[in-house]
Amino acid sequence: MEDNLTARIRHFVEDNFLFREDADELANDESLLDAGLIDSTGILELVSWIEAEFGVRMADAEIVPENLDTIAAIAAYLGRKRPASLVA
Amino acid sequence: MCGLAGFSGTSLPDAERRRVLGRMIGSIAHRGPDGQGFHVDAEGAALGHCRLSIIDIAGGDQPICNEDGTVWIAFNGEIFNYLELRADLLARGHVFRTHSDTEVIVHLYEERGPDCVEALNGDFAFAIWDGRARRLMLARDRMGVRPLFYAEHRGGLFFGSEAKALLAAGLPGEIDPVALDQIFTFWSPLPPRTIFRGINELPPAHLLLADDKGVSVRRYWSLDYPDAGEGSGASQSRERRLRDELAGLLADSTRIRLRADVPVGAYLSGGLDSSVITTLMKELVPERLRTYSVAFESGEFDESRFQDEMVQALGTTHKAVRIGAAEIGTMLPAVVRHAERPILRTAPAPLMALSRLVRDDGLKVVLTGEGADEALAGYDIFKEAKIRRFCAAQPDSARRSLLLKRLYPYLPRIQGQSQRYLETFFGFRADDAQDPLFSHLPRFRTTGGAKAFFSRSLRASLAGYDALADLREQLPAAFGSWHPLNQAQYLETAYLLPGYILSAQGDRMAMANGVEGRFPFLDHRLVEFAARIPPDLKLKVLREKHLLRESMKGRLPPSILNRTKQPYRAPDADAFAGPGAPAYAARLLDPAAIAGGGLFDPHAVAKLAAKHAGRGSLGTRESMALVGILTTALWQDAFASRAPAAANTMRASA
Repeated sequence: MEDNLTARIRHFVEDNFLFREDADELANDESLLDAGLIDSTGILELVSWIEAEFGVRMADAEIVPENLDTIAAIAAYLGRKRPASLVA
Repeated sequence: MCGLAGFSGTSLPDAERRRVLGRMIGSIAHRGPDGQGFHVDAEGAALGHCRLSIIDIAGGDQPICNEDGTVWIAFNGEIFNYLELRADLLARGHVFRTHSDTEVIVHLYEERGPDCVEALNGDFAFAIWDGRARRLMLARDRMGVRPLFYAEHRGGLFFGSEAKALLAAGLPGEIDPVALDQIFTFWSPLPPRTIFRGINELPPAHLLLADDKGVSVRRYWSLDYPDAGEGSGASQSRERRLRDELAGLLADSTRIRLRADVPVGAYLSGGLDSSVITTLMKELVPERLRTYSVAFESGEFDESRFQDEMVQALGTTHKAVRIGAAEIGTMLPAVVRHAERPILRTAPAPLMALSRLVRDDGLKVVLTGEGADEALAGYDIFKEAKIRRFCAAQPDSARRSLLLKRLYPYLPRIQGQSQRYLETFFGFRADDAQDPLFSHLPRFRTTGGAKAFFSRSLRASLAGYDALADLREQLPAAFGSWHPLNQAQYLETAYLLPGYILSAQGDRMAMANGVEGRFPFLDHRLVEFAARIPPDLKLKVLREKHLLRESMKGRLPPSILNRTKQPYRAPDADAFAGPGAPAYAARLLDPAAIAGGGLFDPHAVAKLAAKHAGRGSLGTRESMALVGILTTALWQDAFASRAPAAANTMRASA
C-alpha cells in the first residue's frame, strides 16, 4: 500500500518520465538515473515540480541523488522538509 | 554532381527495362536537373543518369563508354585528381572523347579493373557495366560522401543513388525494425542495413561485383590508426613539422576541390572549420568569393556574429537564410522525403534551406568544413571521454565537477548541478572502462532512452536485439590497440559521419536543391595523415583541433582561431509545440494514428505530447523521441507501401 505522498510522486514520475503504462512497475527504491528516466533537464523539472507542488524551496545542496533519485527518497526528503503539510 | 540508377541480370523484355529505368531516374531527378541519359544494352544491363553539369558542361553527358563500347559508366560525384590521371592515361595511349572526369574512370577501369578505385581521389558513387565480363561493378568513395543503394530484385541486381529509385523499380517500402532500433541508438542504421527492409547501402570504401556467378562486396580502403603509445611524446620540432604538413595538405585538398567549370562558393558557419576553408579559398582564388550561412532566430543556436566577422575579414559576398522553429516545422516533411529515414534531430532542415539559398543565388557547388571535427578531433564527445577517463582514474580529485562544467559552457542548465549528478549524466559506471564503445556510451544510452516509446509489437519483433553488441562485433580487429582518442574518432568517422552527417544532413539536404558539397578535410590523404598525428597534438589537454589551429595561426582573426567549438544545433521539439506548430504534428501524434502505425505506444506518446504541450521544454531523450516519432510517421506517410499494411507485416513477423 502506497501512502498518499508516494502515490503523488509516482503519478508525476509516470506521467513525466516513465510515460509507459505497460512497462514493468517502477519500484519505489529504483534509481531514476540508472533506469535512464532522468537527465539534467529532468532534474530541474523534478525540482520545480516539488517546489510548486509542496511549497518548499530546495537549496542547491539538497539537489543531490540522495534526495531525488528514487520515489522513496523523494518521499523521505519531503517528509523531513515539510512533515506537517503533507499529511493531507 | 548527379544521380544514377540501373540494374543488371534481369531477363525483363527490352521495352520493360526502358520503362523501369526511366521511372528509377525520374524518382531522383532532383539530383540532376540539367539532363538525363540512358543506356540499355542487349546483355541485360541498364544504366541511367541525371546530370548536374559542373565539369565539361558540353561534353559530359552520361552514361558514356570506352573506345569500343564494351565498358559503360554512370557516375555521381567528382574525381578531384582527374587532370593528373587523364594526363597519365593519355600518355598510355587512351583516346578521350570528352574532358570530363567521368571518362577518366572508364579508361582507368580498362587499365586496372575494379582496383581502379585505389587511384581515385574524390567523392564518388558509380556503376560500371563491363560487357566483356558481363559484370556490373558498383563503387563508393572512401569516406561515404556520395550515396549508393542496391537490392536483389526480379532475379537481378538493382541500384540507385537514393532508395527512391529502388522503390520506383518495384521494391516494397517496408520498415526494417532493427534499422529503426539502430537509428534510435546511433542516429543512423549500421550499413549495409537501411531503414528499408531488403534495400542495402553500399558501405563507404566498398565495391560490389555482380555477374552470372553471384554478388560479392569487398572493402578496398580502411581507416587505420597506429598502436597506442607509438609515436607519442611529440617534440616541438616534430609538432612544427606536422603543423606545416597539415597546412600543405589542406591547401592542396582545397585547391583540387576548386576544379569546376562553374563558380564555387562556400558555407560559412562562423566556426573554425568553415572559416579555415573559406580563408584557403580566398588565398587561392582572390576574386569575388560567395559565402552562405544559416542564421537562427534563437540566440541559443545563432552564430551570426562570428559569420559577420569572417565576412568582414575576407571581404566575401555573403548571404544568410534566417531560420526559426516555424520554418523547421514546415520543412520537416520534405526533409524526411529527401533523407529517406527517421531522424532524431531537426538539424538537417536548416541545411536544406541553405542549399536552396545557394541554388537561388545561381550556384551549384560549395566547399564546407565538414570532416574537420572527425579527423582532427573537434567534437565535445572527445573531451567528454577524456574527462570521464580522468575521473575514473582519479576518483578523489576535487577538479572533477569543475572539468565537467567546463565541457558544456553553452548549456545553461548544466552549471548548477551537483557533482554526483554531473558524474551520472556523463556516464561514470565502473564497468564501462573496458568497453570499446566507452567514449560513446553516454550518447548511445541517452539516445537509446527514446526506445521507451517503442510499441509492444515492435519490441516483440526486435526479440531482445542489442544494437551496442552489434556495433562492437563490427569493429576492426586492431581497434583495441588504438589510443582512446583514436578509438573515439574512429566511431565518429566510420559511423556517424557517413551514416548521418554526410547523408541525412549532407548529400540529401544539398541535393534536394541540386547543390554539390565538397569537403577538403575529407580528402583521404588528409584523413590518413590525421590518423597518424599524435593524439596529444589533436586534443591538447582540452584544446580541440590544436594542430589545425596552430597550422592556421596568423591567417584567421584570433577570435575565430581561438573559438571553442560550438556544435551545430537547431530548435528540435520546440518546432512542434505552441501556436506555430505545424498542423501535421497533432494529426500524426494522435493516439489512433500512432496505433495505426504500429511502431510506438499510443499512451506513452500521448503523455509525451501532453508534457510537451503543457511545459514546452523537454529533456534530450524526450526531444529526440518526439522528433523520432514524428519523422517515423512522416517516413511511413512518404514511403510505406500502404502504411497500415506494412505495420501488419511487421507484426506478423514478430
